[in-house]
Amino acid sequence: MTERRSMRLTVNGAVRTAQVEPRLNLADLLRHEFGLTGTHVGCEHGVCGACTVLLDGATARSCLTFAVQADGCAVTTIEGVADPDGALHPIQAALARHHGLQCGYCTPGIVMTLLELQHDLDGAPIDEPALRRAFAGNLCRCTGYQGIVDAALSVLNAGAAEPCPSPRPDPAGKGHA
Amino acid sequence: MSAPACTWLGRSVPRLEDGPLLRGLGRFVDDIRLPGLLHGAFLRSPHAHGRLTAIDAAAAEALPGVHGVLTYGDLRRVLTCDRIPLAMPAGAIRFDVDPFVLARDEVCHVGEPVALVVAESRAVAEDALALIGLEIEPLPAVVDPRAGLAPDAPRARLDCPDNRVAATEAAYGDVDRAFAGAAHVVREAFNLHKGGGHSIEPRGVVARFDQAERLLTVWDSTQMPHQAKRALVRTLGLAEHQVRVVAPDVGGGFGPKFVFHPEELAVAAAAMIVGRPVKWIEDRLESFTATVQERDQHWTIEAACDAEGRLLGIRGDLVHDHGAYTPYGVALPYNSATNLLGPYRLPAYRLAISLCLTNLVPATPTRGAGRPQGTYVMERLLDRLAERTGLDRAEIRRRNLITPDQMPYRTPLRTRDGKAMTYDSGDYVECQRRALALAGWDGFEARRAAARREGRWLGIGLANYVEGSGRGPFESAAVRVGPSGTVVVTTGATAQGQGTVTMLAQVVAEVLGIAPERIAVVAGDTNASALGLGAFASRQAVTAGNAAHAAALAVRAKILQVASAWLEASPADLELVDGRVQVKGVPGSGRALGEVADALAGAPGLALPAGVAPGLAAGVDFEPEGLTYCNGTHVVEAEVDPDTGTVAITRYTVVHDCGRLINPMMVEGQIVGGVVHGIGSALYERMLYAEDGQPQTGTYADYLLPTADVAPRIAIHHMESPSPLNPLGVKGAGESGTIAAPAAVASAVEDALRPFGVRVADLPITAARLHGLLAAAGGAAP
Repeated sequence: MTERRSMRLTVNGAVRTAQVEPRLNLADLLRHEFGLTGTHVGCEHGVCGACTVLLDGATARSCLTFAVQADGCAVTTIEGVADPDGALHPIQAALARHHGLQCGYCTPGIVMTLLELQHDLDGAPIDEPALRRAFAGNLCRCTGYQGIVDAALSVLNAGAAEPCPSPRPDPAGKGHA
Repeated sequence: MSAPACTWLGRSVPRLEDGPLLRGLGRFVDDIRLPGLLHGAFLRSPHAHGRLTAIDAAAAEALPGVHGVLTYGDLRRVLTCDRIPLAMPAGAIRFDVDPFVLARDEVCHVGEPVALVVAESRAVAEDALALIGLEIEPLPAVVDPRAGLAPDAPRARLDCPDNRVAATEAAYGDVDRAFAGAAHVVREAFNLHKGGGHSIEPRGVVARFDQAERLLTVWDSTQMPHQAKRALVRTLGLAEHQVRVVAPDVGGGFGPKFVFHPEELAVAAAAMIVGRPVKWIEDRLESFTATVQERDQHWTIEAACDAEGRLLGIRGDLVHDHGAYTPYGVALPYNSATNLLGPYRLPAYRLAISLCLTNLVPATPTRGAGRPQGTYVMERLLDRLAERTGLDRAEIRRRNLITPDQMPYRTPLRTRDGKAMTYDSGDYVECQRRALALAGWDGFEARRAAARREGRWLGIGLANYVEGSGRGPFESAAVRVGPSGTVVVTTGATAQGQGTVTMLAQVVAEVLGIAPERIAVVAGDTNASALGLGAFASRQAVTAGNAAHAAALAVRAKILQVASAWLEASPADLELVDGRVQVKGVPGSGRALGEVADALAGAPGLALPAGVAPGLAAGVDFEPEGLTYCNGTHVVEAEVDPDTGTVAITRYTVVHDCGRLINPMMVEGQIVGGVVHGIGSALYERMLYAEDGQPQTGTYADYLLPTADVAPRIAIHHMESPSPLNPLGVKGAGESGTIAAPAAVASAVEDALRPFGVRVADLPITAARLHGLLAAAGGAAP
């Protein structure tokens, strides 16, 4: 243990200060000091992506980021994504509509990754393979990703023509066996 | 009494669970904060096998912020027994190899908990771990179960005379005679690895003991809170009313959270000893080295068929890596053995099963629970027989499928509860036909040829499967309406992302005529439901769904009885709409359900209305008659890069039949998630150990889970053959996607590499392994 350091940062628009051990990571600061438990920790080695937050607008793995590295930065967590009036962000709403979450543990990290992608695309369309590569750094064990893909495409390509191939007509016939 | 035409069943109702989870307002175990909370960290064995000779905790105990360093002896003082009695009853198990709460005098796998530090913070607790002096005298380790069964093998545990912890068999018919008369026989060895559960939320426990009330509360990331409570009651010597286990939001289960692990008891006991609440959250390295996993099976097997490709018999041996302890009996390899039959007629069968103790993490079910391996073996054997007979792979399957007129089809095998293994409904022939049509099986050769012109190697494969789902003996649900009008469903079922809350709300909404979002479902709390089992064997729509359905019907009957008296109308002329009971077609004529509940809540000394029994509530423990069998067909197209051994799945089609659908969207979510889990088993996931039992894969950089860019888009088509075994007609769906995926993927990969003569036998088909097979094959035939 070493002496604590003072730090100051903006979290979801509010200025926060903290006295932290240098070894404290950003995820633990957010979760355990600030009570923002929506940021989840899945692997603690930067692969699963559940802990993804926006650090000055860019995605960061909060499990691999020391809290002191965020000194002076603006952090956005999942708690800061919905409108202050409570309305879900379109990406959040689409995830529900397309069954893009099951247990919900990876969901906050996926939302943060898709927010950055939406910002970077700036209205340009994206195809499915590119989208899948864009969030391949977020592991989900429940969904098989398909609902997440459909949700993201529906929002990111909302301005464009329908990007997904529509389901093929059903040659097998309908209904009951 | 029948409900009106379906309003809520069969609809893709939006999930009630989603709102808080999307906002980051879920409540997972690590989100729980309590006054005075301390934090635990476990010292774990660095050796696969050894004698524990000394633990020196003095320096750790002296570290500021440390409240205790607890070893087996410290915890044993508050326990009623030496070992945690966990083994599921199985006559075949020869030795008592239940685990200790912490290692007592022998460590049997790397990662086995040896001591528990309790401190002001997790960081301080981990600092203290580094100060503990641990002396272990290493012993030879058993890593490969085949070697472990050799007469001169070292013993994996000093308290067992040998490593064959159980031997059993699945057998019927005269299999040797079947082989003697066969036109074709194929033989093969399959070394099958299946990966772990790997929920993204690791395990975790918070325990609080109220000394004044002698009340233990445990928040546990578990699939089975009622079973955890039973284990805690038994081992801590408390009574049932003194222990409450709550599974809050659980970030995925996939099997391992079915098992009660030693850490769950250790943390609870520590909270009692130190007199403060204690939290322990597993880190990912602990997940790899201490959470139960599924692992290796070695099959040596042969199959016989007649000249027309009809199966005559299958016989062979299965050696199963059991790990160091026995929390799950013989269920895992027995599932493999029985699920081998799949949707096929198999006249004779003999599989000798040996379970070998190894110095590795205990092996218990992960999603699919041994069934994918059995299905894999049958489907690979059918591919081999197709090749031998010259039949198309789909055609040889069609010739062996059980036909609809044979339903219900009683196999000669028995399920775990001793009942006949009987397939209750389904049309396997039509299922395969539809899958082939949807996937364009007949047009594949044109696609293959087009790909070859571009220098690409494309293959197609298929697999059929069944899954016995909805395992008993029961599940509980109660429905109660309060004077506030709120409908509350309490259940012993639990939720780890399956949509259990939405599913039960839909079932009750259907009966009570009230929107699902107005129904509160309390799952995963032993105080809410006296009885319960939980999540395993794709069972909760079947068991809890039908329990809630029956309970809601009983509540509905009471509502109609009271309202009939009040409204002077026959029950047949009444309807439940929007939280009210009213005369049919006369809105506003009736009374709110809360008014009925208020009347049945009673008033001092006054009679209840209409002679109805007290309370607007009913509880049902639904006991399924037997397993209900869902089924399906998977068709896969895959492209293989012969230079690297990399496999890319280009098309994936599933036709699936899990009986009546409650929420098609959620069923599809289960199937897609299961298929991608199965693709992980097929291509990527491999827990590796060195010869001394040291794990070689302890991060997600070494152990690969499927990512979004390698997961294919999966097309799903539903069939609905209602189960005759339960009133809702439903079957399970949770694990089925995993079951056929490895078999179908292997079939496609082998098909793509047919010109190279590569034979795919072992799982997973990693790029490195496939590259090795390609190198050995020496290139494509011209």
